Order: sequence, then structure tokens, then C-alpha cells
Amino acid sequence: MALKTQKLTEQLELFGCIQCGKCTGGCPVARKTTLNMRTLIYHMLVDADMDVDAHQELWDCTACFTCVERCPKDVEPAELIISLRGELVESGRVPETLGTALMGIFRQGNPSGMARQDRELWAEGMEESLERAKGLASHAGSAQEECELLYFVGCIPSYDQRIQPVARALLRTFERAGLDPGTLGTRESCCGNEVRRMGEAGLFGMLVEENGELLRGVGARQLVTTSPHCFNTFRKEYGLDGMEVLHYTQLLARLIEQGELTFPEPSEARPGEHRTVTYHDPCFLGKQNQIYDEPRAILEAIPGLKLVEMDRRRERSLCCEGGGGRMWVEGTNLQERLAFQRVQEAAETGADTLAVACPFCLLTLEDAVKVQGLDEELCVMDIMELVDIALEEDLDP
Amino acid sequence: MQRLSLTLMGDTMMEQKPRIGVYVCHCGVNIAAVVDVERVARAAAELPGVVVARDNTYMCSDPGQALIKQDIREHGLNRVVVASCSPRMHERTFRAVAQQEGVNPYQVEMANIREQCSWVHRDKGRATEKAGLLISSAVAKATRLEPLEQREVDVTPGVVIIGGGVAGMTVALDVANTGLPAYLVERQKSLGGRVAELNRTFPSLQPVSELLPPLIARVQDHPNVTVFLRSCVSQVEGYIGNFEVEISGYGETGTPVGGDPGSKSDAPRAGLSVGAIIVATGYDVFDPDRTPELGYRDYPNVITSLEMEERLIRGDLTVDGRSPERVAFVKCVGSRDARVGNSHCSRVCCMYTAKQSRLVREMLPEADVTVFYIDVRAFGKGGEEFYDEARSQGVRYRRGNVSEIYRKRSAPGVDGGLAPHAGAGPVVLVAEDTLLGQPIEFEADLVVLAVGMEPRKDAGVIQQLLKLPRSADGFFLEAHPKLRPVDTAMDGIFLAGCCQGPKDIADTVTQAKAAASSALIPLIRGSVPVESASAVVNEELCAGCAMCVDVCPYDAPTIANLWRTSRINPVLCKGCGACAVTCPSSAIRLQHFTAAQVLAQVDALVQ
Ligand SMILES: Cc1cc2nc3c(=O)[nH]c(=O)nc-3n(C[C@H](O)[C@H](O)[C@H](O)COP(=O)(O)OP(=O)(O)OC[C@H]3O[C@@H](n4cnc5c(N)ncnc54)[C@H](O)[C@@H]3O)c2cc1C
Ligand code: SF4
Ligand code: SF4
Ligand code: SF4
Ligand code: SF4
Ligand code: SF4
Repeated sequence: MALKTQKLTEQLELFGCIQCGKCTGGCPVARKTTLNMRTLIYHMLVDADMDVDAHQELWDCTACFTCVERCPKDVEPAELIISLRGELVESGRVPETLGTALMGIFRQGNPSGMARQDRELWAEGMEESLERAKGLASHAGSAQEECELLYFVGCIPSYDQRIQPVARALLRTFERAGLDPGTLGTRESCCGNEVRRMGEAGLFGMLVEENGELLRGVGARQLVTTSPHCFNTFRKEYGLDGMEVLHYTQLLARLIEQGELTFPEPSEARPGEHRTVTYHDPCFLGKQNQIYDEPRAILEAIPGLKLVEMDRRRERSLCCEGGGGRMWVEGTNLQERLAFQRVQEAAETGADTLAVACPFCLLTLEDAVKVQGLDEELCVMDIMELVDIALEEDLDP
Repeated sequence: MQRLSLTLMGDTMMEQKPRIGVYVCHCGVNIAAVVDVERVARAAAELPGVVVARDNTYMCSDPGQALIKQDIREHGLNRVVVASCSPRMHERTFRAVAQQEGVNPYQVEMANIREQCSWVHRDKGRATEKAGLLISSAVAKATRLEPLEQREVDVTPGVVIIGGGVAGMTVALDVANTGLPAYLVERQKSLGGRVAELNRTFPSLQPVSELLPPLIARVQDHPNVTVFLRSCVSQVEGYIGNFEVEISGYGETGTPVGGDPGSKSDAPRAGLSVGAIIVATGYDVFDPDRTPELGYRDYPNVITSLEMEERLIRGDLTVDGRSPERVAFVKCVGSRDARVGNSHCSRVCCMYTAKQSRLVREMLPEADVTVFYIDVRAFGKGGEEFYDEARSQGVRYRRGNVSEIYRKRSAPGVDGGLAPHAGAGPVVLVAEDTLLGQPIEFEADLVVLAVGMEPRKDAGVIQQLLKLPRSADGFFLEAHPKLRPVDTAMDGIFLAGCCQGPKDIADTVTQAKAAASSALIPLIRGSVPVESASAVVNEELCAGCAMCVDVCPYDAPTIANLWRTSRINPVLCKGCGACAVTCPSSAIRLQHFTAAQVLAQVDALVQ
């Protein structure tokens, strides 16, 4: 199908592009697939129409937004990808796995297509803690029960067995700090961050409307998320005025700074962790939301923990390839994974732990550690888990 | 200080019956293609007071001007209405025409039927109708116009120049060579500005050591130049021709302008009376901390171009004691980049990169020298030839805007410690070679970031002190980009060098010489004409409430006389009218825009 380029080119203001190549130069996947943002834009500028089908590499983009962050002319190259994916989605020409994920979200509110009523299984063993959350869930929308802090768990932390402990650690830590969070329970649906980036604008709009209504109904002052992806879309694309949207690392760093959350000092009985940790900045937290310092502040507050840095960090962090729907699309180059490269970089620092603050990063990097045979040397953990361990003895003497 | 000499130009026609000539301009097809000029001219002839109405292809041309002169003589016109372009364009022209024939220049009125009519409308019928209305409105005002006196104010000879770089020094010499005193105020403990930090200069490759010390010596030895080092301007009062400037010490610790009397400085405080001020405060180089993707803070072998100049002066390009084998230049760092707030091109970095890359080729013939660029802008005289020379000496130009710089731990020379970035070793430039259409990783031992020019961080201080506007890029704004490039919105204050925008030395000197000669015009003439369309207070009506003092952006009104009534300094007044509409006692009359004149104009439009 040929797409008439003129309208989209104008709408996305691609005429501002000076073809400098900074986008393609910094694109983590351009180095391993045929995806080239600059030439894609050039075709939009000089050709009357584009055969979108011929560009299968569109599915390689991880929506890391490095191109958007670095473009000197405020062009937003990744938005072109999202729009072109939209053309493909609209006519149903999407990779099968992606279609399944979208269908799962449409039917059950999560990309794995697991049953909606099972959404709270992550909190197994913490039913008491969830008491309040349950109440909220049934009342949400009618704003019966007010709550200050709303915890948006997210799909992966709700259903994925590897990530569920992160959500539990989060809930436990909040309670230790004297917070009283509520959740949307089984009424929580996918935030839609990846849905929009996969080009499914219609479904995204629906999610924004439904989730937005639920969230506003609770009337919480603060909304905190496990995942930087949920955080990103709530913060930038939902228009949740009057609600402070936070990633959990921001909230934790704040609690630590204000002395609301303290770690027990290492003692003979409790020698502490003695870990050497390196931290991987997730794209959706770092590059896209400039949250670099809070995760590090948390790690540095943990007694016995030594933080070492990788060379590519903060603004230059290497994308793990988990975003933009890439969890459900393999992309055109399966052999070279950026995650492989990333865990090698982490191992080279001499760290024994690779800390992350994103469910997608945790899954992709942990998988890479196994494939690369680094599991003896390096373990991948969410910051939340490290915090939980450091606080553990506090509760359980 | 101020002495007004009054010259009445043209005869006083206050009591005369208006005899108006109306001239409708075609402006080629600019107006005539949309407005039926003949019809509006015929209609104008019928308006009360109009003696003659004509249309003409180009009113501003010599025949057009001659037509008006002839009519003034033949028909005894005492008022002229020209319906053409904006008054900003040609009001001066037509005022001069009237004056030459003995009609007071303030009895000329313009109807803007180009910018405000033919250029913005398509419907010919309605555009013609609107042009007719604009003309009758102008005629209504012309009927009530009064002759105004042209006034002059004496000037104090002498110029204060703020900033002792190449720009400031050039101005000082030109001023001093006319025999007038030049006061050069420089913050640092020596003259020279940024050029003192350079090695050799494009396009001649002349060493700065041959260029700058002689210039500094000429300035310092000149009997008419007074140099204030480690000093700054802390207060400015007055107006064109008569400024009172206070010079304060500028401490080594960086005392802010305003002068901390206790600051350590060898310069005494001084008060100067001068006729003009020239701002030559230069620029700042971009700090690549704001492009963190380029790793400037992380790697000692990623340096700025200014640091490269310093290395070239020392003749030392080694990295960790070794000669670099691959040297890479990254252009447009902090320029042409909306993200960092600098959309402008810095205009010198293409050329100084060509210069530095050539010098590296000469010093290290074995080394690979590669320049990453988006565009090559080699526009000045000799610029393209200089760039040709760089390439013929083997400098490689690769098209691509470097996206990221990082270091591979596995690279040789990188220690295995826990803080890899603290050590040495080659870095990797990540870019797309856009001509190949291929992402590349380019290893280099030394990387030079061609940082751009930006407004000085403290430009706001001078901005406030002198009430100077700045353009969108943050540099000081000239009065007109083409026609008044060294003037500012403030009469008597001029711009020279990079404080107005990025420039190389040649352009800096050119502009400095232009600024010097513009500043010298009133000083040599001995007086300046004063705009007559200013506000005047009727002291009998003034209640002394001082609301005019508060509202005037130019500090023109003061309440200082015995009767505590307002007086407006006609030299400072720009005729903006703010006071006239604010005054609760209706005591202020804005000449040339009186209530009667403006209301007549409005009446004509809405009738
Ligand atoms: C790396 C690099 C290489 C370059 N190479 C070349 C080259 O080879 N050839 C070439 O033609 N050009 C070159 N240039 C450009 C050159 O530096 C400028 O053209 C020149 O410096 C402009 O002179 P200036 O007097 O306008 O400003 P500046 O040199 O910046 O001088 C301004 C002076 O004003 C002083 N000052 C500022 N504020 C105040 C204040 N409030 N009160 C008192 N004093 C103040 C400053 O201390 C300074 O001394 C290069 C620039 C860079 C960055
Ligand atoms: S970085 Fe921006 S200006 Fe440069 S090629 Fe990409 S889209 Fe165009
Ligand atoms: S968002 Fe990331 S992966 Fe996608 S094109 Fe931009 S830089 Fe490449
Ligand atoms: S002069 Fe050259 S390097 Fe400098 S900003 Fe302009 S194009 Fe870029
Ligand atoms: S505002 Fe009017 S009344 Fe008040 S001081 Fe000024 S001139 Fe006088
Ligand atoms: S007309 Fe404007 S500039 Fe003149 S005194 Fe009044 S307020 Fe000031």
C-alpha cells in the first residue's frame, strides 16, 4: 500500500530536518538492522508516496526516543515510526505476536491475555496489605474512598512471575515507610504506553479514557508506578492534572532524603550486603524523563553497597530493546541483541549485580545474562528488590 | 548639560487654511495590482481641504518627488499626504521634500496602503474601499497638523567603550585618532579578549603574537585613550550626546557590576561625561556540559576548540604522553541546536576547525585527521580557498552529526578499574556517515569539539544598565538588521563585535569601525537633532501625581521644579504616548499625535 507522504510530513513537521544524521547515529538499532531514521525522513520529504509495507524494519524501533532527545531541530523522528506503524496497524498488517498482544490488552487489559480477575495474584501472601486496595478497587470511579497515594502496578509486575516480587517489595517498602497506598485492583488495565508506540492509536485512546476516568475517580494526590513506561505515559500523555505522577524511584529517594525510610546500619549480626552494583538507566526513566539521580541516590543509601558506573550511563545508556512493543516483536535481527552487549559492559565494571528500575530491562537483561553465560558473575535485580533485602531484617528480627 | 538651540524650519502656518496635496503611489504593481489607485485619487480630490490629488508609479522616485515639489510651488500647498508604503520606509524622504519647498516637515502625513492594505488583501473592491478610508483618515489628520520646531542638543565629546577585545580596541583607536577622548573599560587585567587565547588565525594563519600585541600597544600608548583595567561600568545616566558614566573596579573574584566598593581592584572609581557609548563585550563559548552525550566531562581526551588553541600555542598535542594517531573534530557543538537553546550558526567554527585541522596535519603528518560536519560554511573572503587547502593537505571530511561519544573498556590503554572514564584511551564517536547512509563507530585518540559562540552569561547586566533589547538568540539587537546594523534602539549607544552576534576577527573589526564612525557623527557635528514629536506638560493642569514618571519607559518625565509639576525632557522622550494617556489631569499633550488629530483620524475611518 502506498502512503501519500505530504500530509503526514506536514503534520509531523518533518520539513525542519536538516539531514544531519544525529538520529540515525544515536539509534541503538540502526547499527544492527536497516532502520535508518534519517533516510526514512528523507523519503518522506522527497517522495510523493511511500510503500510502508516494504519497511519491515519499522518494527525494530524500541521507542527509546534517543533520536527525539538528540535531534537539534526539534524534529521527533520516532513519532514518524509510530505514525507509519499506525498505517500498518490500521490495515491489519502487523506481526502476529504483536496482534496477539494487542488483542490481549483489548480483551483482558494486559498484553499476555491473562484473565483480568487474576490481576491481583502478584500480591499473594500479602492479602492483608491489599485489603485497602480491594476496597478501592470496588469503589474506584465513584470516589467513595479517598486515598492519598495510588499505586499503579502495571501488567508485567502483575502477571510475570519474575517481576511480581518487585511489586511485592514495593508494597512492603511503602508500608515500612508508613505510607498507605491503594491500587485499582482487578480494574487496573494496561497503561497503553507500548500500545501507542506500536501504532495502535485507537486502542490507546480507549485506554487513556478508561484508565483516566478510574484514576481521577480515586482522587489520589500522588500516582506511583513500578514501571517507567507507565510513568512516562501517565506523566506526558494522560493529562492527569492535579495528580503528581511519580516513578517509584522518585518517591523512594524522597523518603530516604526526608528520613522517612532508613536502612539498618550493618552490624556483626547483620553484616550487610557488600554488593558491588552497577546501574542501567532505563530509556523511559532516563533519556525520556531525565531521572538519573534518584535511582543512584537510593543505591548509595543502602549500607554496604558499592555503586560503580558503566561507561555508557545516564544520557548515553544503551537501550535494552525491551520498549516500544519490542517485548512482543522480535525485530529483523535476532542474533545481535543490545542486551548482550549491555550485560558485557556491566560485567566489565567488576560489579556482581546489575541494578535496573524497569520491568522490561529486568527481563531482557536477565535473559541476556543467561544467554551470555554470565550468570555466575552477574545477577540482575530491580532497585526495589535491593531495597527490600536491605530493609528485611528490620521487619523480621 | 543640555542646551537646546531652536531652529524653526518652514514657515508657521498655524492660522493658515489647509491646502492639501494627496499623492497615491502605485509602488509598481505592489499597490496598483490590488487597489484601484486612480479611483482613490479621484475620490481624494473631493475631500475637504484637498487642492490636488494625483497617482504616480513610484512616489519615492525622483520624478515622484519632483511632482510634489512642483505642486507645492504651483498650488501653494501647505500640507502633503502620501498614500504609499509604511512611514518607516519613506516618511523621512517625503518630510525632506516638503522641507525643501518651505513646508514644515511635520505637515506631511502618510497613509499606509501597502503593508496595511494591498499586501494583505486580495479582494480588489474592498481593498480599494479600505485604501480610500485610510487616505481620508490621513487627510483628516493633515488638516489639523501643526508645524513643529526642529530642535538640536549640544554634545559632550568622548566615547566610553565597554569591553577591551579586538572590537573595543579598534573602536578606541578610531575614536582617539579623531582627537576625541576614548575611555576603554575592560574587566580583565589585560586587553585582548578571546583572541588572546588563540594561536594562529584563519584565513592567513597569522600568529596572534604578531597581530594582538602591536594592537594592544597602540591602544595603550595612544594619548587620547584611557584604559580602565579590571573595571566595569556601574551606572549610566543621560541620553545621546550627554551620558554620565560611572566606572567601578571589578574585583578579581568577579565583583558584580554595580561595584562593591570594598572589592580588590587597582582601578579607581571614575565618573565620565561622554557623548556616546559603545558596547563591545564579546561572547562566551558554549559549555559542552550541556551536550552530555558527547562525554566532554568524562574523557580528558575530549576537549573544546578553545582548549585546542591553548594546546596549539604550547605545541603539545599528546594524550597521556603519546602522540595521537587519530584526531577527530566534531562541528556545530552547541550551535544550530534548538535543544540547547542555540538555533544560530556560530559562523567561525567551520573556519577555525579547518585551521586547527590543518595545523594538526602539519604538526603530526602521520596522524589521521577527520572532521565530522553537517555543512561546511566557508563563506568569508578566502574562506573556500582555505577549506580547499585543508582538504588538499589530507584532512578528511565526513558528513554526519556525531550523536554520541563513549569509550570501550576493552580498548587498549583503558585500565580495568572501576571508574573507566577517569583513565585514558581512545574514545569512540558514534555517528551516521550520511553520505554512505551507514551508522559508523569511529575511534579517535583526541577529539576536538568545535564549540559555538553564545551571548555572555552576564549580558543581562549590560542589558539592564543600558536598556538594550536582545534578539531571540540572546545577542544584543541592532536597530535594523540591514540598514542600521551597529545602532541600537537607544540613541547614542552602539554595538561592536561578537556581543551583537558571532563573527570572525575580520568582521569584528569591520563592525567596530562602523560603530566608531556612527558614534562619531554627532560628536563631530557638535549637536544632535531631537525628535519634535514628543510629549509636553501643561504645567497649569499638572497635579504633580508623578504617574507619568512611573509609566515612562525612558525616564523622560521628572518632578523636580519648584511647583512640583512634571517636566518632560524632550531629548529622552520617544513620543510613545504612554504618559499622555495615563495622566489623570489630561495635562500631557503628545505633539504630532494630539487628541484632536487622532480623533479626527478615527472619525474619518468610522464615518
Ligand atoms: C576556538 C576559537 C577559535 C577562533 N579562531 C579564530 C580565527 O582563527 N580567526 C578569526 O578571525 N576569528 C577566530 N575566532 C573568533 C574570535 O575569537 C572573535 O572574532 C573575537 O574574539 C571577537 O572579538 P570581540 O572583541 O567582539 O569579543 P571578545 O574577544 O569576547 O572580547 C570581549 C571583551 O570584553 C570584555 N568584557 C565583557 N563584558 C564586559 C563588561 N561588562 N565590562 C567590561 N568588559 C567586559 C571581556 O573581558 C573581553 O575582554 C575564534 C573563536 C574561537 C572560539
Ligand atoms: S537528527 Fe533531526 S535534523 Fe538530524 S537527520 Fe535526524 S531528524 Fe533530521
Ligand atoms: S526511538 Fe530509539 S530505536 Fe526508535 S528510531 Fe529512535 S533512536 Fe532508534
Ligand atoms: S560555522 Fe560551521 S561548525 Fe559553526 S555552527 Fe556554523 S555550520 Fe556549524
Ligand atoms: S501624570 Fe499628569 S498630573 Fe501627574 S505628574 Fe504627570 S503630568 Fe502631572
Ligand atoms: S511620550 Fe512616552 S517617552 Fe515621551 S515622556 Fe511620555 S511616556 Fe515617556
